[in-house]
Amino acid sequence: MIEYFWLALVPPLAGFLFNGLAGKRLPARIVSGAGCAAIGASFLFLLAVFAEFIRLPASEQQIVHRLFTWIQAGTFTAECSFLLDPLSMIMLLVITGVGFLIHVYSTAYMKGESGLYRYFAYLNLFIFMMSLLVMAGNYLLLFVGWEGVGLCSYLLIGYYIERRSAGDAAKKAFVVNRVGDACFLLGVFLIFKTFGTLEFGSLFETVSRTHPQPEGGFTVLAAITLLLFLGATGKSAQIPLQVWLPDAMEGPTPVSALIHAATMVTAGVYLVVRSAALYSRAPDVLLLVAVVGVLTALLAALTALVQRDIKKVLAYSTISQLGYMFMALGVGAFSTGIFHLFTHAFFKALLFLGAGSVLLRLHHELDLFRMGGLKNSLRVTCWTMWVGTAALAGIVPLSGFFSKDEILWRALDSPLGHPVFWVAGLVVAGLTAFYMCRLMFLAFYGSPAHGHGESGSEAGTAVTAPLTLLAGAAAVAGLIGLPAYLGDHRLDRFLEPVFRYSYDHGVSASHASHSLELLAAGAALAISLLGGALAYRLYARDRSLPRRLADRFPAIHGTLQRQFRIDEAYSLFVVGGLKALSRRVLWRVVDVGVVDGAVNGTASLFRRWSGVAARMQSGNTRTYAAWIVTGAALVFLYLLSVIG
Amino acid sequence: MDLNYAALLPEILLAVAGILLMLAIPVLPSRQQVRLGYAASLALAAALVTALLQWGDHGPAFFGMVSMDALGGAARILFLVSSAAVALISVSYLKRERLRHGEYFPLLLMATVGMSLMAVSADLIMTFLGLEILSISSYVLAGYRRGDPRSNESALKYFLLGAFSTAFMLYGIALLYGAAGSTKYAGIAEAATQGQAETATFLLGLGLLLVGFGFKAALAPLHVWTPDVYQGAPVPITAHLAVGSKAAVLITLLRLLHQVFPASADQWQTLLWIASAATMIIGNVAALTQTDVKRLLAYSSIAHAGYILLGVIANSPRGAQGVLFYLAAYSLMTLGAFAVVQVFARREERFTKLEDFRGIGYRHPLLSVSLTIFLLSLIGIPPTAGFYGKLFLFSAAVEADLVALVILAVLASAVGLYYYLQLIVLMFMKEAASPPEPVPVPLAARIVILLMAAGTLYLGVYPAQVLSIAGEAAGL
Amino acid sequence: MIGPNHYLFLSAIVFTIGAVGVLTRRNVIIIFMSIELMLNAVNLNLIAFSAHLQDLAGQVFVVFVITVAAAEAAVGLGIVIALFRNRETINMDEIDLMRG
Repeated sequence: MIEYFWLALVPPLAGFLFNGLAGKRLPARIVSGAGCAAIGASFLFLLAVFAEFIRLPASEQQIVHRLFTWIQAGTFTAECSFLLDPLSMIMLLVITGVGFLIHVYSTAYMKGESGLYRYFAYLNLFIFMMSLLVMAGNYLLLFVGWEGVGLCSYLLIGYYIERRSAGDAAKKAFVVNRVGDACFLLGVFLIFKTFGTLEFGSLFETVSRTHPQPEGGFTVLAAITLLLFLGATGKSAQIPLQVWLPDAMEGPTPVSALIHAATMVTAGVYLVVRSAALYSRAPDVLLLVAVVGVLTALLAALTALVQRDIKKVLAYSTISQLGYMFMALGVGAFSTGIFHLFTHAFFKALLFLGAGSVLLRLHHELDLFRMGGLKNSLRVTCWTMWVGTAALAGIVPLSGFFSKDEILWRALDSPLGHPVFWVAGLVVAGLTAFYMCRLMFLAFYGSPAHGHGESGSEAGTAVTAPLTLLAGAAAVAGLIGLPAYLGDHRLDRFLEPVFRYSYDHGVSASHASHSLELLAAGAALAISLLGGALAYRLYARDRSLPRRLADRFPAIHGTLQRQFRIDEAYSLFVVGGLKALSRRVLWRVVDVGVVDGAVNGTASLFRRWSGVAARMQSGNTRTYAAWIVTGAALVFLYLLSVIG
Repeated sequence: MDLNYAALLPEILLAVAGILLMLAIPVLPSRQQVRLGYAASLALAAALVTALLQWGDHGPAFFGMVSMDALGGAARILFLVSSAAVALISVSYLKRERLRHGEYFPLLLMATVGMSLMAVSADLIMTFLGLEILSISSYVLAGYRRGDPRSNESALKYFLLGAFSTAFMLYGIALLYGAAGSTKYAGIAEAATQGQAETATFLLGLGLLLVGFGFKAALAPLHVWTPDVYQGAPVPITAHLAVGSKAAVLITLLRLLHQVFPASADQWQTLLWIASAATMIIGNVAALTQTDVKRLLAYSSIAHAGYILLGVIANSPRGAQGVLFYLAAYSLMTLGAFAVVQVFARREERFTKLEDFRGIGYRHPLLSVSLTIFLLSLIGIPPTAGFYGKLFLFSAAVEADLVALVILAVLASAVGLYYYLQLIVLMFMKEAASPPEPVPVPLAARIVILLMAAGTLYLGVYPAQVLSIAGEAAGL
Repeated sequence: MIGPNHYLFLSAIVFTIGAVGVLTRRNVIIIFMSIELMLNAVNLNLIAFSAHLQDLAGQVFVVFVITVAAAEAAVGLGIVIALFRNRETINMDEIDLMRG
């Protein structure tokens, strides 16, 4: 059965075809049922494959299936080949598992929307393309999936066709991604030109023979990995191509959860890990990856502090967490990056779905400051989101604690790491706890500021069940990768065969004592708690409490009063300053000024050029004849210069 | 060396059919003139069958004026398919526009004969004749909507500028003849290797020849006529100009440069490098602000000729293979796009503005979905033909160390993405501007659209077969 | 003694006159005549080379060029007449409905 693993592609494709072709005339119940069933079937099938896979000896956990020879042209061969190894196995399980829950959730979230069949068709196609991406046995097939998920993301962002901004956001995402894709494709060309093959197995084997040692400077491998990394920054929203992801939040919330949090945006991380054999031999590029990751993590976390839109907070958080993953990859800790990808998929999907549940309750009110007091009406959403928040903030013993802590530890401990990375990572951890708690307090506590009343309830089992399941996963998923001082890192061992051709920088070997590692973990936990506490003071404190206390205990009143002043001063100078910094500098200058400016500026520049180019077309035939004579004259001049 | 009529059987068949159709015009009652279109399609199909049967034939014919080889054979098949598609979308077009069927199809058949002759020619005289048969027929066809001033203007511009550029090309041929002492490809190639390639006469001759071909292939800055002519011509003829005619010129150019002028590769590579860069940039950039779909596709076809040049400049069999594959892909997607535009334009071509496509996505799923496929293919997104076309072209160019040009091409096509996408967005994401007017889709057009869409996807999913044929034709 | 270079020179002059005519004249008919002039300049070239090389191909080519030019003239005049019916002008500068 295991050799038929690629059949997992069939149900999503069938679901897409079914809904795409026949869905229009079918009732919504059948459309959504078919959409969910397709992904569920794929997930169950993959679980069965996994059960068999895990029993194989590690040396055999590398199953290649050649479906057919896809292109054969002279020396250029491309197989339609699929690869099942621990890396693709774990990715497939995440994609179909989380994907299934989000499909189920969608049946409730999208209820009553027109064109439901299109929604489910695209969603199924997305799962198909994403599975293809991680199952591909060579770079070319991977690229097909890569483009495919981009296309689906584009279609799904633009789902609300009547909204103009949705169309624009879709276009922006697509254009930005294409810049990355162009680089990716150039990298693939360069691989083929250099090594003559695009198949993962033979390519990595060749590389490990021809380049046994890592080499600094601008080598061919550096060029290849740099180009691939630029592709990855596009898909995974890293600097300088991060700008599209916040805008992509225009799409339906389950789409944000599936594509823009759990799966597609992690494709860049997957690409780098898949190419670990190349990256581990280009240390300078790895350094760049780490720096880009750290900068993105910091920038996005700072920006998230001041967002009013609940989905934008989560979007920036996603960018920030992806930055974390790239930081891990950059210090050579590939399996750690995958570990965080794995845990992040659960808690970030959970948080997005929770946000979706809030939106359902508030009729798509996105502004955090017009929420509040939802904890009673949305009980399940509230506690599951707390689990997600705690996991994201890295509170022991939830999943995020283990994966994030491992990243921080590797950043400090790896021979490729640097204390600066660690410190920056700590800061991001604190910021993360702060903005997530802020989100929770603003949305669920305090008095309602939304005018939708106190009463109201969850949107039904289709919403709460996925939330609960994801919360369970977010809580325990970290157990597969316990740190050395607690026990066994199963994920590390499981992923080992993937990196057999990579150069071993000795990242996973511990260089310091357990006590130091424990100390580092304690520091990270303390900073997270600090961030959460700060958010509590600023956003959760009951505003009426001071007054009541003051009336009853006049002695303490003064102190509280002062405390209030300190608090005010703090919010004025520190938060205000941060806000200003974030809005004026980070958001306005970097995001709007540099990136938007680059995108829009290029567009208007092209428009102006376009006018110039079109002016050649005066409509006058004699002018055209003059152009022909000009062309002939240019040819003549050149040839005369050659003849000398 | 002998006559060997059999070698040119497809062309002879088409020419005879063209003459017979012309004779039938006065005989046939006007209500049955529609049949001329189907008769022409049949003749094209018959020629296609003979061309397929002749696949693999080699050797000279007509006293060395033509020479059969895999490149010519493959090109011939491409042109016949393209012309057959044009003929099929023309039938309903002529009926809808109430135009005379009479001369239209004989002219189309003659144009096809011209393209075919260019592909198998082994002598500049033959090449010139083929090109002129193609051009003169096309001048008339571009002005076939006689009552429409735009069509008149299109024909006149095409004719005057075409004749003007022909003069340059002829001058070049004359100089080459003087330098090499022969008009035969083989004779010129031989003279070039014997030192003639360095002489001013030879090089200037080559330069002027390139000007002539550059005009016909719409390479910048000789592309200026294209948007006006394409916009004014009847849609099926625009398709013919953008696909068959352009492919014939590019394949002939490829053969000349790779087989006859390899000794001057340094010179023509430099010239074409500049032309290719300018063509890609101007084509894509100028398309950004277009509001008419025909004109948009005209600029798009200019840009695509720029990409195709990459494979020519590569000056390698892999480059030639890339060119041929790209031309096949390009033909499918462009013919398909024009077929959709033809149907959608409705009577008197009133609906060719971009705005007219607003919100048609769900009202006309066949048209909009297939147009989306063609546009995605033109962008170069897998799994469509255009993706592999670009992939093979660009990788051949990378192999030939044309990295800078490839980067330019990738960037230019990223610009191109914008205007293709604009049309898709208009179709699927925006409300319709005005109450819809029904769009009848005639059977023949439906068949063409579906076949082209299927072909585009087929080449995008399984390019191997066509690629190997292209490889054989390229001498790999 | 008049050698091939003289003919080439003459031909170049005639060709240039034709090209300049195309660029400067507004009347469609005269533009077309200028193009014919250019074609005949080429013919002159071909014949000169043919004589110089003692090779018949050049003269054969000339016959073809003349034939093609005749066909072009027929088609061209037809197009001009069709245009004149609709627009009542043969001033090339007024024929610019399509641009941009």
